[in-house]
Amino acid sequence: MNTSPSAPASASSQVQAVARRQRLEDSLFHLITWLFSMLVLLALLGIIASLFITAWPALSKFGSEFIWRVEWDIVNEEFGAAIAIFGTVISAAIALLIAVPLSFGIALFLTENCPVTLRRPLGTAIELLAAVPSIIYGMFGLFIFAPLFAQYGQPALQSTLGQMPIIGHLFGGAMNGIGILAAGIVLAFMILPFIAAVMRDVFEIVPPVLRESAYGLGCTTWEVVRYIVLPYTQKGVIGGVMLGLGRALGETMAVTFVIGNSQRITGSLFSPGSSIASTLANEFGEAADLHMSALFALGLLLFAITFVVLALAKLLIARGEKAKGTKT
Amino acid sequence: MDLAIYRRRKLVNRIGLTLSMGAMALGLIVLLWILVVLFKNGFSAIDWAMFTESTPAPGSEGGGLANAIVGSLLMVVVTALVSTPIGIFPGVYLAEYGDQSKTASLTRFVTDIMLSAPSIVLGLFVYAVMVAQMKHFSGWAGTMALSLIAIPVVVRTTENMLRLVPGGLREAAFGLGAPRWKVATFVTLRAARAGVMTGLLLALARISGETAPLLFTALNNQFFSTNMNAPMANLPVVIFQFAMSPYDNWVRLAGGGALLITLTVLVLNIIARVFFRDQGSR
Repeated sequence: MNTSPSAPASASSQVQAVARRQRLEDSLFHLITWLFSMLVLLALLGIIASLFITAWPALSKFGSEFIWRVEWDIVNEEFGAAIAIFGTVISAAIALLIAVPLSFGIALFLTENCPVTLRRPLGTAIELLAAVPSIIYGMFGLFIFAPLFAQYGQPALQSTLGQMPIIGHLFGGAMNGIGILAAGIVLAFMILPFIAAVMRDVFEIVPPVLRESAYGLGCTTWEVVRYIVLPYTQKGVIGGVMLGLGRALGETMAVTFVIGNSQRITGSLFSPGSSIASTLANEFGEAADLHMSALFALGLLLFAITFVVLALAKLLIARGEKAKGTKT
Repeated sequence: MDLAIYRRRKLVNRIGLTLSMGAMALGLIVLLWILVVLFKNGFSAIDWAMFTESTPAPGSEGGGLANAIVGSLLMVVVTALVSTPIGIFPGVYLAEYGDQSKTASLTRFVTDIMLSAPSIVLGLFVYAVMVAQMKHFSGWAGTMALSLIAIPVVVRTTENMLRLVPGGLREAAFGLGAPRWKVATFVTLRAARAGVMTGLLLALARISGETAPLLFTALNNQFFSTNMNAPMANLPVVIFQFAMSPYDNWVRLAGGGALLITLTVLVLNIIARVFFRDQGSR
């Protein structure tokens, strides 16, 4: 009963001191984590700036024309990006053409049709396909796929699609297995697991009620997917496809092995070509001065293209998820 | 008439489902085929010499991959040590402070871009800022390129795993008067430990097979070296150079290296998944 009046006061000042210290520690913690996040942003800015600076000699010499010039002459130092951009875009387009229907099939199978006990192992198997290093795809493409493709695939294509009136000449020319088409096919199997994984994930966020009511009305599985699931997940699906496109555009090793690496544009998909990434991987070792700078300009272009594609993909996926409720 | 419609719908359904099963089968066949080919070409190359001898000079007999294996291990381990802290902090920031902040959504966006950015461009960047300045290729440059690939993976998985921690846990800690940093480090991060480890393992699996950025940074070294300041041998680049070479023993070693690297990556992936499933569900 004889406590001094100062005791509560000192206790409260102690509490205040602790609170002050904690507030200080908290803001310090906030600051540290914030600084590390800034590091990520700085890395991106640094990448753009350093690529731009190193690419500047080539960019200033050829100007914006660099993008359209169909020329890559190392000896005379005449550089243009058109050939590499052509190869990059065409091989990625072929990859999408093949990979999108296949990944749709896989996602459909995994979400609608697969026995529940098999869902997990099969899903993991597809994810493992994504984990196989790209150089392995390249070696596989060059040593296993290309010979088979030259022997069976290309003659078959030439005798069927090659005979059609307008697209026929795309399948003409020498059949040696490697080339833009082969690169596109190998790429397709590389990006397939990425697209399939996104599609499966967005298919799974469709509320069961929607699906069940459609089944209740007597829809077949195909109709449920076609008229309920796909429209519902449209944006997410497109986002997944764009994600795959981003991968396909920037892929290096798988393409370098099978695209044939020639700096030409021809009308046939069977003929060898080159992509931005394969040009970089092949020529970087011997490059100097303007050639090196031109290679950096190619790298900058590649980064710009994939940046736009990935940004769009992310926007679409995010919007798709927001519009349709949240995905955990 | 009615029956015809039913028949047609059934037929369309059956065709669609059959095609989807076909797609699944094709995916599995490709995976199995790749594995079979790798084993067929690589298994015979794996022997004691592969782990003890260095890469052979052009035209000489025998040899192994010891320098490349050690180089790869060294770079991957250093990358893990560098990118774990650098990746976890932004992950914590995004999960703890990132709900309304503009910086956080920008960081998240940039991280996602970096996550899928072409690795060869990251290699170019490191070449420009490190190799060109130091005038020589080095293991450090390779580590930096690999870290740039690994960090976004760690950031994003850390954030996602922290968000999976039940809110009640966080609220209970706050209710006891714990300051925010203690909640973040001793409560949520600890609860999400397994998930964060999974992210790290997946990041390591991803960088173990990366080839393109190493071409411009660590390059290669024919001799055994643990000097991070000099060009450093590594499995992917050695495989790239040896696979298309005219020498039989080089091609054989490339096959062995390819098998080794694929198995490592796949095992890391499987461990990460099993680990997360066991720990994460507790």
